[in-house]
Amino acid sequence: MALFPETMPRPEPDMDDAPYWEACARRQLRFQSCGVCGLLRHPPAPICGGCHSTEVTWVTAPAEAEVFSFTVIHHASHAAVADNLPYVVGLVTFPGLPGVKLVTNITDIVPSEVRIGMPLTLWWDDIGDGMYLPRFRPA
Amino acid sequence: MASSARAPHIVGVGQSAYTRWGGIQDRSQFRITAEAIVAAARDAGLPVSAIDGLTSFSNDSNEGPVMQAALGIPDLRWSAMVWGGGGGGSCGAVSLACAAIESGQAEVVVAYRGLCQGQGRRYGRAAPTRTHGSFIAPFGLFAPPQMLAMMVQRFMHLYPITQDHLAEVALSFRANANRNPLAVMGDRTLTKEQYLASRWIAEPLRLYDCCLETDGAAAVIITTAERARDLAQQRVEVLASAHGSGAGWSTGPLGSQNMPDDTYASTNNRRLAKELFASAGLTPADIDVAQIYDHFSGMVLMALEDFGFCGPGESGDFVAEGNIRHDGGKLPLNTSGGQLSEAYVHGVNLIIEGVRQMRDTSTAQVADASTCLVTGGLGVAPTSAILLGRN
Ligand SMILES: [Zn+2]
Repeated sequence: MALFPETMPRPEPDMDDAPYWEACARRQLRFQSCGVCGLLRHPPAPICGGCHSTEVTWVTAPAEAEVFSFTVIHHASHAAVADNLPYVVGLVTFPGLPGVKLVTNITDIVPSEVRIGMPLTLWWDDIGDGMYLPRFRPA
Repeated sequence: MASSARAPHIVGVGQSAYTRWGGIQDRSQFRITAEAIVAAARDAGLPVSAIDGLTSFSNDSNEGPVMQAALGIPDLRWSAMVWGGGGGGSCGAVSLACAAIESGQAEVVVAYRGLCQGQGRRYGRAAPTRTHGSFIAPFGLFAPPQMLAMMVQRFMHLYPITQDHLAEVALSFRANANRNPLAVMGDRTLTKEQYLASRWIAEPLRLYDCCLETDGAAAVIITTAERARDLAQQRVEVLASAHGSGAGWSTGPLGSQNMPDDTYASTNNRRLAKELFASAGLTPADIDVAQIYDHFSGMVLMALEDFGFCGPGESGDFVAEGNIRHDGGKLPLNTSGGQLSEAYVHGVNLIIEGVRQMRDTSTAQVADASTCLVTGGLGVAPTSAILLGRN
């Protein structure tokens, strides 16, 4: 069962980020990297801010991540999350992927026990219609 | 700049009544915005027809050319808007106006903002059209308190900042609002006990760490030193103005949160602050009073550090020592009550309070204040600030 109900907003891929979501649908977490200079960027963007190349490659993220920051949310700003309160939104980083921070959820933990620097492991949440979202739990 | 005949001055301020969210239902947002502009012109002693420039920010829906026609402004010579959501562009709109005034593209510019959240989409509600929204909404990150709570959390992890320091910001501003009859929270006191008992919105932010949601409109009029000389009010010089953003911020916390590691827990103002002070030939020690954009208490602490009023990580001690209080503080902050307790008009009410301090008309007047820092929205992109001086 998905973390949030079906009424939760879903990703709406656009021309620049569609390959990211196509990889998620295959349960692969891939970040965009410049095809010329290797600079990582997230969210996906159509041009490299370092060398201005439009060539891209995709780098698979490790399954291990670390909490960079987080918040425990107690107020439902969208009706879909009303039964999930409180829930944890985390911002996570990955070893070897400088310049990438990912907004995600930290699950399977009492919210008051989440700490910055805590090691996490990736899991894929089946949100239906062939789409999966990357979420994390304590390693 | 002070000697220049075209040095920009704020000569008029106007506002609607401020009410809680949804409180204005009998008049349209456009109407109260137009009324605030007329009030600002009246305050300045200028006919509305003298206005020839219009500026706003935050994708304000009260469109300039429509406003021109509604107000019967004969010639619009200049109009512009600062990109970006939230209040990041509040002082940015003034900085645009200053550029237009100094360059001679316009003579009398009004910077305005009106929002009646009960009449349209409530500000901060989840919107599929938000840039990079796909990277946050499916994870339940919907509203600015949640988004900026992540930055405050990191800030409190890096430095010895505690809940008591956040509380001191909220309590100080409420005490100021209690002196201001026009403040939405003017007659509501707040104790430390009430603060600590209030509900979490998004940890580490409680209810009282978050700004009000207000229906209201506010406007300020900027013109040249030469023109200001003949007008009704004590003129207030814009000593310096700036807006911009640091490397890699993109939509910052309102988007994917992928700011650089070393500026993530910041107001995105460190370079801007240095350039702002240098441009006015002032240092933080020269500032008598400040109106710091208080969407969230923790961001005010960050701003005290980023604008150089104290060192990195020292803002907690700075506020604990009473420095931001109106009674006896060395840098009284948000003397009208700010957006935590006066009104949330995306920072234009803070600019108006800065002008009141320079005119000696604040309800929490700082004696002999001759300089005031006002900031735009903090920790967003772009962000902005102005320095005001009594002249
Ligand atoms: Zn490159």
